[in-house]
Amino acid sequence: MNFKQRSILTWLALSAVALLAGCERPPIDAVQHGFRGTAMVEVYNPRIVVKDLEKNVVPDAPPAAGTDGPASSAVYKNVQVLGDLSVGEFTRTMVSMTAWVAPEQGCAYCHNVANYASDEIYTKVVARKMLQMTHKINADYKAHVVETGVTCYTCHRGNNIPENIWFTAEPEARSDGMLGDRAGQNTVSIAGAYSSLPEDPFTPYFLEARDIRVQGETALPTGNAHSTKQTEWTYSLMNHMSTSLGVNCTYCHNTRSFGSWETSPPQRVTAWYGIRMVRDLNNEYMKPLTEVFPAHRLGPTGDVAKTNCTTCHQGAYKPMYGRAMAKDYPGMKGAPSPALAASAPELVAQDAAAPAVEVAAQ
Amino acid sequence: MIEYQNLFTTVQAVGPVHHGIELGHGNSPRSGEPTIVHLFGRLGNAQLGPIYLGGLGVASLMCGLICFNIIGLNMLAQVNWDPVQFVRQLFWLALEPPAPQNGLAFPPMNQGGWWMFAGALLTASLLLWFARTYRRARELGMGTHVAWAFLAAIWLFLVLGFIRPLLMGSWGEAVPFGIFPHLDWTAAFSIRYGNLFYNPFHMLSIVFLYGSVLLFAMHGGTILAVSRYGGEREIEQITDRGTASERAGLFWRWTMGFNATMESIHRWAWWFAVLTPITGGIGILLTGTVVDNWYLWAVKHHVAPMYPAVWVPPIDPALLIQGVKP
Repeated sequence: MNFKQRSILTWLALSAVALLAGCERPPIDAVQHGFRGTAMVEVYNPRIVVKDLEKNVVPDAPPAAGTDGPASSAVYKNVQVLGDLSVGEFTRTMVSMTAWVAPEQGCAYCHNVANYASDEIYTKVVARKMLQMTHKINADYKAHVVETGVTCYTCHRGNNIPENIWFTAEPEARSDGMLGDRAGQNTVSIAGAYSSLPEDPFTPYFLEARDIRVQGETALPTGNAHSTKQTEWTYSLMNHMSTSLGVNCTYCHNTRSFGSWETSPPQRVTAWYGIRMVRDLNNEYMKPLTEVFPAHRLGPTGDVAKTNCTTCHQGAYKPMYGRAMAKDYPGMKGAPSPALAASAPELVAQDAAAPAVEVAAQ
Repeated sequence: MIEYQNLFTTVQAVGPVHHGIELGHGNSPRSGEPTIVHLFGRLGNAQLGPIYLGGLGVASLMCGLICFNIIGLNMLAQVNWDPVQFVRQLFWLALEPPAPQNGLAFPPMNQGGWWMFAGALLTASLLLWFARTYRRARELGMGTHVAWAFLAAIWLFLVLGFIRPLLMGSWGEAVPFGIFPHLDWTAAFSIRYGNLFYNPFHMLSIVFLYGSVLLFAMHGGTILAVSRYGGEREIEQITDRGTASERAGLFWRWTMGFNATMESIHRWAWWFAVLTPITGGIGILLTGTVVDNWYLWAVKHHVAPMYPAVWVPPIDPALLIQGVKP
């Protein structure tokens, strides 16, 4: 081997090393998630999982306050949502919420410390609505959160505003011109896992209720008018769900037929309720707060911050890897109000569906 | 020591450069003075040029160039004429076909109108280039195999961008012009129509594609292996079969019991290559027009096997809740 050949070989070896430097090193764990041979496998890098587990630690619960003592509504003024808690538990809940949401600012983040009953600071109005939202999730969306439930910490994790929120995308700057309409896609789509898919799949599915299902249910055409372009929007949404949960497509689908329920893992049912839950929360709890938030908290089109899968999941297939937290906080549990149940008959049907889901999960 | 190598030839036999044969009536003169480029000589023939442009060539290049500029300027407009962002996002940018609700009507210029023009110009460019390869082959007294092979590729291109959208009644069904976007489109297309891997013509196309690769490797390997006996002079070997051809044939007959001939191997290769886009095009053409869900089609015709359930199959929750949109 002469000098020239040696130097070429050296450069080739160096380039190979440089290219491989971008890869995660083996070994990688694979968890089988379906019948053998169907490639239904979840892939985990154990070194990354260790770091993720550290990031998803549940803070220690303060000692329970008990149910003794007068109700908080009898002692404090203007207690609208946690009035049935004992004073001790009420205070414990307030202290916990401060640690979860405003650990640096303390009580004053939401309260006028001279008059705790006052609603003058907007964050208090938001916090009340968010408590109602938490109650709604824990009471009416058991099909998604089961008995684990959620607390403020599930999303906030010590931040005033959860780290993962979304706003409706700004209209394209050039769409009125002669050139350059991107049709909502063909740029680096962070929601769509850095693909060129539509960059805002949230507005049509997590705010509006556009069709996510695009596949036909018959072999031959029988009037399914969904287009390939629509499929790109669904595909982008699914990429978001996959990234949010740190799983691949096969966690919820047998990918040989994305649409068929009979070959899908039961997790798909949980995800189905999750989509409805997120849509409901954005419309019933976040949107009404638009007027409450100051302008600097709103998005580029003046819309309120909204939730998606990442808001809670943050890369874990179950938020905080399924560690139960809500059980230690009576203030997070809500009972479905009778008036609400009567006005929404589908919720009753949903409860009826829940046992089927549990059976499937076993 | 000077040695002869088959793939990267270090020895370059250089004679006087030539313009090629005299062309008959109706032909343009060839452009450019031929030169010798050593680097080219390492990979193929060291002579560069002259090139025959002619009316068809010039028209084809013009159409292609205008199309290229339409796509490029639309991409540049998408990043607000920022050259840095243009380079950074180049792989993501695209010229999108019209929206599906537009049907077959002519859309506004920035919502697919430019896509229509770019597509028409690219089609014209490809067809002109096909005509050019056909005519150049005829002028050289050759067969027209290359031209027809090229037309097979144009068939697939036209099915994707013209014939199928026309049958579906929507230009929006066509492919965007962009690097990642056309790949995302491909994935979305397969998802929408229930998994293209269950499309038998897609299967055939893959067979011919991988078959082409296999044949290419077998043929290239065989000829290189007998080039020390003059095996690369395949045409002489067809008419006057020498030891190279004998050894190559024997090798395959001994290893797999059957061998192609110096002539037939090229028919094998040509047909495998040409059938790849032809069968692929048929598969695309049937998708959405004749079959809506290839997976269900495959289940119906006992192509897709059923696997044992490892969980209780879930029920579509949309069916459990009355009056809820799926």
